[in-house]
Amino acid sequence: MISAFFIYNQKGEVLISRLYRQDLKRSIADIFRIQVISNTDVRSPIITLGSTSFFHVRHENLYIVALTKWNANAALIFEFCYRFINIGRSYFGKLDEEAVKANFVLIYELLDEVLDFGYPQNSETDTLKMYITTESVKSERAMREDSAKITIQATGATSWRRSDVKYRKNEAFIDVIESVNLLLSTQGNVLRADVAGQIMMRAYLSGTPECKFGLNDKVLLEKDPSNRRKSSNTVEIDDCQFHQCVKLGKFDSDRTISFIPPDGEFELMRYRTSDNINLPFRVHPVVTEIGKSKIEYKILVKANFSSKLNANNVVLTIPTPLNTAGVTCSVSAGKAKYVPAENSIVWKIQRFQGQSEFMLTGEANLTAMTHKKAWSRPPISMDFQVLMFTSSGLLVRFLKVFEKSNYQSVKWVRYMTKAGNYQIRF
Amino acid sequence: MDSFKPKFFATSTKGENAELLVDLNSEYRDRRKDAVKRVIANMTVGKDVSSLFPQVVKNMQTEDLEMKKLVYLYLMNYAKSNPDLVILAVNTFVKDTDHVNPLIRALAIRTMGCIRVDKILDHLCEPLRKCLGDDNPYVRKTAAICVAKLWDLDQERAIENGFVTMLQDLISDSTPMVVANAVTALAEMQESSATKDVFVVNVAIMNKMLAALNECTEWGQIAILTSLAEYKPLDSKEAENICERVVPRLQHANGSVVLSAIRVIMMYMRYIKSEEFIKGLIKKMSPPLVTLLASAPEVQYVSLRNINLILQKRPDILQNDVRVFFCKYNDPPYVKREKLEIMIKLCNEKNIDQLLSELKEYASEVDVDFVRKAVHAIGRCAIMIDEASERCVNVLLDLINTKVNYVVQEAIIVIKDIFRKYPKRYEAIIPTLCQNLDSLDEPEAKGSLIWIIGEYAERIENADELIENFLETFLEENSQVQLQLLTATVKLFLKKPSQSQEIVHRVLQTATQEIDNPDTRDRAYVYWRLLSTDPQAAKAVVLSEKPPISAESSSNRISPGLMDELINNISTLASVYHKPPTAFMGNKAFSADAVRKAAVADARDEEQITGETMDSPSGGAPAAKNAMADLLDLDFGSSEPAYTSPPISSSKPVSNNGPNYSADLFDMSADMPSNTGVFGGMNNMGGMSGMGGMGGMGGMGGMGGMGGMGGMGGMGGMSNPPAQHPAPAADPFGNLGTFGAPPQQQKPATTQSSTVNDLLDLF
Repeated sequence: MISAFFIYNQKGEVLISRLYRQDLKRSIADIFRIQVISNTDVRSPIITLGSTSFFHVRHENLYIVALTKWNANAALIFEFCYRFINIGRSYFGKLDEEAVKANFVLIYELLDEVLDFGYPQNSETDTLKMYITTESVKSERAMREDSAKITIQATGATSWRRSDVKYRKNEAFIDVIESVNLLLSTQGNVLRADVAGQIMMRAYLSGTPECKFGLNDKVLLEKDPSNRRKSSNTVEIDDCQFHQCVKLGKFDSDRTISFIPPDGEFELMRYRTSDNINLPFRVHPVVTEIGKSKIEYKILVKANFSSKLNANNVVLTIPTPLNTAGVTCSVSAGKAKYVPAENSIVWKIQRFQGQSEFMLTGEANLTAMTHKKAWSRPPISMDFQVLMFTSSGLLVRFLKVFEKSNYQSVKWVRYMTKAGNYQIRF
Repeated sequence: MDSFKPKFFATSTKGENAELLVDLNSEYRDRRKDAVKRVIANMTVGKDVSSLFPQVVKNMQTEDLEMKKLVYLYLMNYAKSNPDLVILAVNTFVKDTDHVNPLIRALAIRTMGCIRVDKILDHLCEPLRKCLGDDNPYVRKTAAICVAKLWDLDQERAIENGFVTMLQDLISDSTPMVVANAVTALAEMQESSATKDVFVVNVAIMNKMLAALNECTEWGQIAILTSLAEYKPLDSKEAENICERVVPRLQHANGSVVLSAIRVIMMYMRYIKSEEFIKGLIKKMSPPLVTLLASAPEVQYVSLRNINLILQKRPDILQNDVRVFFCKYNDPPYVKREKLEIMIKLCNEKNIDQLLSELKEYASEVDVDFVRKAVHAIGRCAIMIDEASERCVNVLLDLINTKVNYVVQEAIIVIKDIFRKYPKRYEAIIPTLCQNLDSLDEPEAKGSLIWIIGEYAERIENADELIENFLETFLEENSQVQLQLLTATVKLFLKKPSQSQEIVHRVLQTATQEIDNPDTRDRAYVYWRLLSTDPQAAKAVVLSEKPPISAESSSNRISPGLMDELINNISTLASVYHKPPTAFMGNKAFSADAVRKAAVADARDEEQITGETMDSPSGGAPAAKNAMADLLDLDFGSSEPAYTSPPISSSKPVSNNGPNYSADLFDMSADMPSNTGVFGGMNNMGGMSGMGGMGGMGGMGGMGGMGGMGGMGGMGGMSNPPAQHPAPAADPFGNLGTFGAPPQQQKPATTQSSTVNDLLDLF
């Protein structure tokens, strides 16, 4: 249902063009350039011209564009574009104009493989890498033997894993990474606070291991009040998604997370929770406009987590008006400076111990402006990382590995909370 | 090699093809391969390299897989331009389909299917049959798609050779991916088949698909879910069972799998009788829908458009989740816009305060368009929730006091609506509005304020001065403002005859003598005539009670018939545009299907369409007819009595369509992501439907013109468009003669023209 797939650079030059259907011609590529790339006011990622619809995603300095003449599945097309970007990144490190130009042959090969007649086929990077490689020269015989295995895997029920993986030491690493999103109103009320979590796994396990994974939660998808036990050590998850290796049917019936992991690193699970969020930082801004020429800032930041933990790379970006001439400020920790290009004061604190609090006081001097429009006061945004802390309180309870050969495996767990969209209005 | 790479895209001075020709014939393999790469690079940038066809094809016979793929790629692009030479390649293809390496077998059959030349077809059938029965699943899954390719070229041949049956057998294949591709291919073939018997999902097939669902790739899951939606469950129990099997998909990491699962569930809900079960499903659907908001912005956009639909169908979903739709500062504008729409849909007495403070926050952002939408949203909340209207008005007043020009203008536009919804409730704020008289420069805002002044002329002490003030520039104004001024002046006169006799006289004179726009001029004549013959009747007409307005304009509401169709299309383009697929797709893709669907739509909407409308020349285009039906449907469901009053709708149905058809065009331009595209599509339809003349012209003539057209059309067929079209210029006096109709009939007409105007302006 994808009729054609194009990659353009920023100037609108076609870097890759692949037609899957005969219902359109290559010259249609020009229409996209004229209507979208050279148009400054594009307000939608989907554009229908005549009976052709253009779906585009911008990535680095590229336009990734899929075309269709059908009433196609729009969500699928965008998901596919992003999948393609991921494949590209995994192959070339970075998918930009340079990478595309240098690897266009490989990209054509990939496009031939991941889409057939416009329908997405196997798009698992690990499998693709087995038979579409940068070093194309391979001995004939090895190729023949391999390809039988490859094709079975590419179509099989566990298309993400080879069967002959071997490690001397069987290890699995689990990283729980939480992004806290916060929107705090001018009055200091929490407008929204939620956590988007990600459980990354690096599996270095031999054979075909069956894993079972448990969290300190019953993953109560139905928030049944009778089942709700508000003890401090369980977490209520709003929703979660799994890597395709997880048996969803089993999860739906008895809430166990069981899977045969791909080899190496992958995202096992994503989850979302909005209940009982521990906000790692509180910010109390006092910003006063004094007349038309001066703004006074008093920003207090307090760390809410245990004093045994530390936050790293804490950055506060405090907006200043467009007509700021200069800023003077002093801070009780870290460094703060005015960055004119971003119209903001950037305050960096390398190490921020739990329970401590720091203060920024400063003044922005404004130049006289002719137009009267009030300053829109964009929110203060914050960036940070806190190790061994989860905002949601989520903990990994167990990871069990079962394999025919019954080997012992070592498991490691790490936790990290970082800022997602952490915004404070003032 | 590395040093060569940038050269592939470099432009050489002259005779590049000649250079390539030499290299392609080189005895060195590396040199030949590089040459082929350069050929592909040239092909990519759009240069014609078709003349190299024989030389490139010669390189096809190679064990180097990469080289082979490149040559195949070239073949797919240029086979059509060299149909006679393609035969050179056939041998290699056929040989490759027998290769020991399954990857090469699959590659050959995949490529052969893409070469759309008859000569190839003759040689395709045997290898295809072999590959469909190949013992390697990778080859089988590729061959399955190849049947669809063949079908696309030559349905007869696909049937004669038994490929359709073989494909149907593949649904029972042991490898899930083969099943998924067979389903994909069959579903596509079913769409274009004349007999519609290629792929009928019955219980057996449905069970096989459900079994494969758990184990195939995410894309395969989507294909299966899409086909599951075609199945009609026998009873409520079966629908429940299928839903239970589909529900686990809601946890999938791929957003399009989630949306496809939601489509199946939403469709099957129609068959489920147990309210309890439906409640459970809705509960399970909410969290994944919210989670979709964490995906890439483009996927979010598609999801938000679908959430908007689902909310209209099932308003009980997401009730407590309004906060998650709050805009982030750095969301792209198209995401913010959709979130705003959904916030308004979720707005209720409980969350209104929260929502209002959020909307107020948006009103101070930078993006003018978004700010205006936010201000507008406040007005819509006021109209939706009676208890909160006062709070909304206060917020609007706060915003007016910021004196930011576009905020003030937008606020005044929505306040006019609030006045129409709650007449006489907020008169106290009129002085504040009037303070901003001078900052108004947009016709819509001006028109709105003028309307308010006219409507409340008796309460505004200096109404005559204010009107006078506007009249100074009467001739320069946009026709929309002129119409409003005309009406407001007449209202003023009827309410305060002593003060404004002179003004009204002057206005009517200017309007009839100096203005070329027929709508303005004609309205002036109507007023004049009315005032001079029977001032009491004039009062009854001009100062009559307006019909109340509802929160959603008729053009924004989706008719039940269209809603069902859109639910069937969740996650597709149709659901993004909120339009039936036929409205934006070329007819050829689904011609047979379109006819069937149009027939269904017609039957469904029959009782709502007058016989004459059906008979109106529709050019026999089912697509257009279908779209028209929907538009008409919208029209008749509107809250305006004038439209449904029998004398008008039955006497002149065609002209009656005018404003609404155009209304929809405008609505689309506001709502739809792409102006050009949609206009293209709509014009197309207009042309075919025979009403296009009206719709199109109304669109060009601008809002004022359309309002006039609607009103006048009902009265005496004075629906001549504005000046661009050299239609016989209506002699106003001649037409006045036809005003034999009693004043009651004119009454809806005059009020209507302003009503239509207002609605168009707003939504």
